[in-house]
Amino acid sequence: MPLLSVDRVSFKYGEQWVLRGVAFEVEKGDFLGVIGPNGSGKTTLLRVIDGILRPQEGEVRLEGTDIGNLRREALARSVAVVPQYSALAFPFSVEEVVLMGRSPHLGRWRFEGEQDLRIAREAMEMTDTLALASRDMESLSGGERQRVLIARALAQEPRLMLLDEPTAFLDIRHQVDFFDRIRLLNRKRELTVIAVTHDINLAAHYCDRIILLKNGRIEAAGPVEAVITEEHIREAYETRILVDRHPGTGSPRITLT
Amino acid sequence: MTRFFLFTSLLAVPAVALSVASKIEAGKAVTPLRVSRVCALLAALFVAVAAIAAVTGPHRINLIALLGQGIASDTSPEHTIVFSVRIPRILLAAVVGATLSTAGAVFQGLLRNPLADPYILGVSGGAAVGAVVGIIAGLDVLPFGIPALAALGSFASIVLVFGVAGRRGETPSGTLLLSGVIVNAFCTAAIMFLISTASGTRLHGIMFWLMGDLGLAESGQTLLGAAALLAGSAVIYLHARSLNLLVIGEEQALQLGVDVEKTRRILFFAASFITAAAVSLSGLIGFVGLLVPHLIRMIFGSDYRLLLPASFLFGATFLVAADTLARTAIAPSELPVGVITALFGAPFFIYLLKKTEAGRCRF
Repeated sequence: MPLLSVDRVSFKYGEQWVLRGVAFEVEKGDFLGVIGPNGSGKTTLLRVIDGILRPQEGEVRLEGTDIGNLRREALARSVAVVPQYSALAFPFSVEEVVLMGRSPHLGRWRFEGEQDLRIAREAMEMTDTLALASRDMESLSGGERQRVLIARALAQEPRLMLLDEPTAFLDIRHQVDFFDRIRLLNRKRELTVIAVTHDINLAAHYCDRIILLKNGRIEAAGPVEAVITEEHIREAYETRILVDRHPGTGSPRITLT
Repeated sequence: MTRFFLFTSLLAVPAVALSVASKIEAGKAVTPLRVSRVCALLAALFVAVAAIAAVTGPHRINLIALLGQGIASDTSPEHTIVFSVRIPRILLAAVVGATLSTAGAVFQGLLRNPLADPYILGVSGGAAVGAVVGIIAGLDVLPFGIPALAALGSFASIVLVFGVAGRRGETPSGTLLLSGVIVNAFCTAAIMFLISTASGTRLHGIMFWLMGDLGLAESGQTLLGAAALLAGSAVIYLHARSLNLLVIGEEQALQLGVDVEKTRRILFFAASFITAAAVSLSGLIGFVGLLVPHLIRMIFGSDYRLLLPASFLFGATFLVAADTLARTAIAPSELPVGVITALFGAPFFIYLLKKTEAGRCRF
C-alpha cells in the first residue's frame, strides 16, 4: 500500500476550481517535488494533503485511511509541515519551539517527558541547532530559523514531511544547506518528503520524482528527466527557457533565454 | 513612620521577589517541577502582601496582639476592621486581579497582539453602560443592583461582538478585534451621553465605577466572582499548550494538531466570561490585564503552562497592593484603584521594558 494516495482530488474556493482531478501516489522514502507557475494549485494541494482544506471531490488517503476521518492531532502525528516562514507573537526559545513538535503526541495535561526531551534533542542534533537551544527564536538568522523548523517537524516523528517553499527567503548557500539536510534525512532515515517549490533547478537537483501542475491539473509527472523538458516547462510557465544538463550531476537544468 | 514602612514594603516585597526570581528562572524550559516552584514562590508573595495589606490603613493594627487574642471570638473594633472590612476587600482585589491578568494573557495569545487586554473585545463597554444606567437610576440601593446591570451589559456586548465578527462558523481575529473596538467606541459615546445628563451627586459614583473601585462589593458577590474565576480558569488551563501553538500562528497550530476554531471559541468565551464577572464587581480597573502578563512573560518566558498560573497569582498580588495604596494614600479619602494601577504600573513597566530590551522581551 502506498504511504499517500491522492485520489482524483478537486478543490474549489467559492466557484473557482483550483485543483481538478489531481491523482498520484507517494511511496515510503520518496522525495517528490511539486512545481508549477503561480496559481497552479501547488500550495492548495499541500493544504489538502495536510487536511487544512477539504476537497469537494476525491479523497486523500494516508496508508489507506481517508484523512478526512482523522482528528487533527492524529494527522499531526503522521504529517509534519515545514512552513515558509514563522513569525512568533511572543518570545519563545529554540528548545521550546522544537518541543512544540511533541504536542500531538501528548495528552492535554501531560508535560514533555524524558522521551520527548530525547527526541527533541536528537532532532536538534540532526539539524545542528542544539547549540542554539536556549536562544530566542527572534534572534536567529533566516537559515537558522528554517533549521529549527525542520527540527520541530522531525520532533513530530512524522511519516510524511511537507515542505511549503521552505527556502523562499534564503540565500543560495542556505537553500543548498537546507535541501542537503532534507535529502540526507530522506536517504538515511527513509523520511518521505513532498516539497513545493518555485525553484525548478533545486527540485531537479534534489527530488526523485516531480509533479508539474498547471491550472490545477497535473501537466506532467514522473522521474525528473521526464518532467523537466523544454516542452513541458515552456508549456506550463509560458516562458522562453532552455533545458540542458547540469555539468556535474547530469540532472536537467533550466536557463532563461 | 509605621505607615511609611508598610507603604515601602508593599512595593519592595514584590519587586525584590520578582528580581530574585528573574535571576533564577531566566530561559529555562517549563516542567511540572518548575511550575510548582514558581507558583509556590508567587503564592508566598501573595500571602505576604495580603498580610501587609490587612494591617495597613488609617486605623493602625497591632497584628501580634490581634492574633494573640484569638481570631474567632473577638468583638474588638480592631478585629472587626481586619476581618469584616479589610480581608473581604483584599479577597475581592485578589479575585479581580487574578481574573484580569488571566484574561489578559489569554487575549494577548489568541489575538497574537501584545496590546490586547481583557477589555479589548468590548466586555468593558457594555458593563460600563449597564453600571452607569444603574447608578443614574439609583439602583445602587439594591443588593446586586449595579453588578447585575453591569453583567447584563457586558454579556450583551460579548454576544454583539461575536455576532458581528462571526460568519459561517468562523471568527477571524482581525474582524473580532475590529468589532470589539467599534462596540467599545459606541459604548463610550453612550456613557458620555448619560454622564452629561446625570446630576452632580451621581457623577462621583460614576467616576469611581469607571476608574475601578473595590469598596463596593459584598462578600457574597466576591464569592460569585471567585466561582466564575475558578470555573473559567479551569477551562483556560486545559488549553494552555494549545495557546502556545496559537501564538506561533493559526495555520501552524493546525499543523501541530490543534483544533483551532473550536479552541479559539472556547478560550474567547471563557476569558470574556470571567472578565465580565470581575468587571461587574469592581468597575473598570485598567492596566492590570495588560501589564501583569507581560511582566510574567519577561521574567518566566512565554509558555502558557507557566504564564497562566503565574499571571493569576501575581495579578492577585499586584491588585491587592495597588488597592491598599488606593485606600490609604490620601486617607481618610480614597482614590479609585485604577489611578494607582496606572500611576505605578506604567513607570514600572517602562523600567522593565528598558531593562530587558536586549533580553527576552520585544514589541
